[in-house]
Amino acid sequence: MGAHAPREAGVLSARNRISIAILALGGQGGGVLTQWIARLGGQTGYRSQATSIPGVAQRTGATIYYVELIPWGLSDPEPILALSPAVGDVDVVLAFELMEAGRAMIRGFVSPDRTTLIGSTHRVYALSEKSARGNGIANSDAVLSAARQRARRFVAFDMSAVAEQAGCAISAVVFGALAGSGVLPFPVADYIEVIRAEGKSVDANLEGFHAGLTGSRKPDRGPSRQSAPVPAPTTDSGWALQARIVAELPPSSYNMAVEGVRRLVDYQDYAYANLYLDRLAHLRTVDSERAGWKLTDEAVRYLALWMAYDDTIRVADLKVRETRVQRVRKEVGAHDHQLIGITEFMHPRLRELCDTLPRAAGEWLLHSPLAARLLQRFFSKGRCIETTSLAGFLTLSLLASLRRWRRSTLRYAHQQRLIENWLDLARAAAAADMETAVEIIRCQRLIKGYGETYDNGLTTFNQIMDACREMKDAPGTAAKIRGLRESALASA
Amino acid sequence: MAERSFSKEVDSLRLGAGAVFEGEGILAVTKALLQSGVAYVGGYQGAPISHLLDVFAEADGLLRELGVRFEANATEAGAAAMLSASINYPLRGAVAWKSVVGTNVASDALSNIASAGVIGGALVIVGEDYGEGSSIVQERTHAFAMKSQMWLLDPRPNLPSIVAAVENGFKLSEATHTPVILQLRIRTCHMTGRFTARDNVRPRMTTVQAAANPRRDTGRIVLPPALFAHEAQKIEERRPAALDFITAAGLNEHFGPDEGTLGIIVQGGLFNGLNRALELEGRSDSHGSSDLPILCLNVTYPLVPDEVIAFCSNKHAVLLIEEGQPEFIEHEINTVLRRSGLATLIRGKGLLPRAGEYTTEVIRSAVSGFLREFAPELAIATHAEMPAPDSTLAATVPARPPGFCTGCPERPVFTAMKLLEREIGPSHVSADIGCHLFSTLGPFNIGATTAGYGLGTASASALSAAVRRPIAVMGDGGFWHNGLTSGIGNAVFNRDETVTVVIDNGYAAATGGQDNLSSKAKLPNRATGQSVERAARAVGVEWAQTIHRTYDVSLVRKTLRNALTSPDKGPKLIVAQSECMLNKQRREKPRLRAAVQAGRRTIHDRFGVDADTCTGDHSCIRISGCPSLTVQPNPDPLREDPVAHVNNDCVGCGLCGEASHAAVLCPSFYRARLITNPNWRDRWLGGFRRALIARIQAWARTRHARRAY
Repeated sequence: MGAHAPREAGVLSARNRISIAILALGGQGGGVLTQWIARLGGQTGYRSQATSIPGVAQRTGATIYYVELIPWGLSDPEPILALSPAVGDVDVVLAFELMEAGRAMIRGFVSPDRTTLIGSTHRVYALSEKSARGNGIANSDAVLSAARQRARRFVAFDMSAVAEQAGCAISAVVFGALAGSGVLPFPVADYIEVIRAEGKSVDANLEGFHAGLTGSRKPDRGPSRQSAPVPAPTTDSGWALQARIVAELPPSSYNMAVEGVRRLVDYQDYAYANLYLDRLAHLRTVDSERAGWKLTDEAVRYLALWMAYDDTIRVADLKVRETRVQRVRKEVGAHDHQLIGITEFMHPRLRELCDTLPRAAGEWLLHSPLAARLLQRFFSKGRCIETTSLAGFLTLSLLASLRRWRRSTLRYAHQQRLIENWLDLARAAAAADMETAVEIIRCQRLIKGYGETYDNGLTTFNQIMDACREMKDAPGTAAKIRGLRESALASA
Repeated sequence: MAERSFSKEVDSLRLGAGAVFEGEGILAVTKALLQSGVAYVGGYQGAPISHLLDVFAEADGLLRELGVRFEANATEAGAAAMLSASINYPLRGAVAWKSVVGTNVASDALSNIASAGVIGGALVIVGEDYGEGSSIVQERTHAFAMKSQMWLLDPRPNLPSIVAAVENGFKLSEATHTPVILQLRIRTCHMTGRFTARDNVRPRMTTVQAAANPRRDTGRIVLPPALFAHEAQKIEERRPAALDFITAAGLNEHFGPDEGTLGIIVQGGLFNGLNRALELEGRSDSHGSSDLPILCLNVTYPLVPDEVIAFCSNKHAVLLIEEGQPEFIEHEINTVLRRSGLATLIRGKGLLPRAGEYTTEVIRSAVSGFLREFAPELAIATHAEMPAPDSTLAATVPARPPGFCTGCPERPVFTAMKLLEREIGPSHVSADIGCHLFSTLGPFNIGATTAGYGLGTASASALSAAVRRPIAVMGDGGFWHNGLTSGIGNAVFNRDETVTVVIDNGYAAATGGQDNLSSKAKLPNRATGQSVERAARAVGVEWAQTIHRTYDVSLVRKTLRNALTSPDKGPKLIVAQSECMLNKQRREKPRLRAAVQAGRRTIHDRFGVDADTCTGDHSCIRISGCPSLTVQPNPDPLREDPVAHVNNDCVGCGLCGEASHAAVLCPSFYRARLITNPNWRDRWLGGFRRALIARIQAWARTRHARRAY
């Protein structure tokens, strides 16, 4: 113990071992990749040691695999290697998913002086993100910018998409990205040899490997979001509607209003789209340029959504559209040579029947205990309707054709009344405080879903509207409404 | 069939002298057992020692050749009791389980065997599930070793050390007539490495030979007066013998310089972490050339006082790295030093946290603190600055606890429970150990307690006289482990009103898909196919129903409703039976692939969501939680909230559809049935339908065009 100066005091850049942490989700193939890396060392004069915690990882949880490599000759003594990554001591982090890259940073495995972070930018949403009533998706940009800042080097691209294209597991692409990064002292041929030697799905894995290799050498580009251009009208009535939009609405609303008009023409007819523009024009009278046309801008979206409420007719209409089978085929990854049969899971209740009947008949039936008792048994079970069979297709087509009579249905009457009340309330509020009016309009977001979900959403909506009436434009009303709405949307 | 196949590992068990064995720590133990002439092996599966049992279960041929008896025991208590064979016969035996929970179950048998003593080496291999990734109560196995006077090995984590620990463990056991516990931490069990193999050794005596020549010795039976003699023997004979053996065989190791005023004592299992911590502090390297003397305790109980005294004399201060609490070793070392009159300072808990895993960072911080206190000139003045943790990042990254797999048949049971809860209000739910325990997390949030394996029903018993019947959940694994007696039998005898739901997926799924009594697979060496319902009826349950397809959410809900509201008295049993999807897919996927390649007509289902009717409220997710049911950005420019989406991992179990029916959710779910290699009938019928539908759609298109934007 003669040397009092610590060896390489705190500076480990001269050390020859390599430590690699792999953060993955259960079932992603993190174990396979770990083995590949361990073997990569084994065949090139290195000793490797890998550790993992199976079990938990298999069941979709996040897990960390760890590999250490150290130059080693057969006659050398056993090296003493660590079993888990240490803060500030990781050379390479491989993250199978974007939030796992974030987790690596939170755990302190990514240090600016040492760590090459190789991560896929795709997202596998956690349950907490999926189960929120509204939008619970975590902010990817926070992770991306932290990674660029904190890693010595950040190699990132959507490895899941690349894997899907190559028809292999994501682990092969990550392995390719690791090779491409050049951070390990092994030639690409060694990586290929490891995949070959394993002898499982060699072709697909090699394809994925090479795609990963290429991907890692492209500059880091964040995910790009392009909005589609606004479509131009194709009919005279369409042009007329567009002319109204330009004449009656503030420019900031144009694009969304075109979407709204298109939706309502598709949903019902030109007259219904004109009703939409009438309502917007009426609302605009209380809005102003000084307020940035915020009320109108918001209403353009939410009014269109509410007016295109999802009733039985609309659902049936969408299910029998010509483009649907192709869309489903694409979504489920059907090959051309495969036949497809599509079955819908529907659960019409007596309520839906009443809703679709003419108003008076619907009202009567809904409030007739005898009829309800007689008919209830027809509505107690869910129905499976095969839209690719003739019977199923014709049933739904018939339902869809009721569109022409939609205005006479009970549901229509009910919805239009709700919409008018909502707009009246917003208009009244606008006089005192524009923010309150905007928040009222935004509450439409609570009204969604079907059956009980719809009922619950509507109940929450009504509660907020009542609260709003009670507050009578007291200061802080807008913030209160926003708070109520956001907590309702966040609750799972 | 276990979750993975171990045929490759089984081959490596045959390696002869000089060959290099490569593999995981726990598999090195299997090979070491055969090299040690073990006569019988058993255990109960659980991470991280499942692989040991899985390999032996597949190595039947080899075990027969060697004359080794392998038993997949029903419980850890059963496994421990099996060690009784070493009390009267010179048979080496080894059993394995997950600790500390398995040791809890086994402790009755362990106490008695430790009291009687053994003449054949008896080794208990425990996979210590402590720290990151653990799924069990955080306690120390050390306490069991102390209370029963069994010796505890905690070898350095590398394969040669582990293999030596197995071989030395048997010798130590025989030299001291005491069962020995070999403790391996979770990452050690799954750590890869290599060692030079030796030939397998046939046992000196096989279990068959032993049974053919029965022996007994009243002095080895735990009854008065022998049991009083046992206690004295432990202290007067076995313990001194152990101290002698440990010293003579040099089981504990020294690293670093011989001299020095400072030193470190460490549990063997933590040695690699300590060495890395020293390396990061600039005081060691990858070969363990520490600047400070280290005493590495590969045997953590008993402590050898002379070794401790020798190490501590001439030292001013010693850092003790002992994971877990209470700090038994620290107490004992202090006692030893005090008795010997040494003034060496011991720094342990205090510099180190009282609870939690001793990761490299934790040890590093203790080493750093120790050096700063006693040798500031050796300490690193300033550590390389790590960027401060980013609070935005911590708030952004979501937690990701484990959950039910895609297509898991247990999930619909909890979907049904959740829906029933909306209808008739919540019940007290007592959960159990197994995959089904994930119900206590989101999205289900069902289950109030978990008190041990197979104890779901028993833990509801105090509440079972209530008007509102409690629900107890148990797996088939737990049911056979001890739920049948301590749960069901107990409930019958005491006229409990508990509703027990046994989730029977055909395997001990949480531990890796091992077979059990009610597994459906026909196995040459095991008697499977026993019925959970029949067993329960045999102990007196009268109200019992078996559901054969758990995905039928409406049926599960109805059955549960009946059980909770039925006027019949006495405990109720629902057996919710569907095969573990992980195991099913492992079997079915290759079969399906082969059929497709052979050109045979095959059908497979996939589920999906129509984005244009999905309103993005995610109630489907809140009653399912299936990993393949996820969300994606809304393709509709008007809508903001993400829509539900079924990804390509979907195995077509059907829960989405059933749940949307049972909960009256929404019309967005569809099932796509894909026919590969369709026959002429499929083609003809499909073509006919498509042609007709296309005609109607074309007509609809022209009508629709009349009201285009």
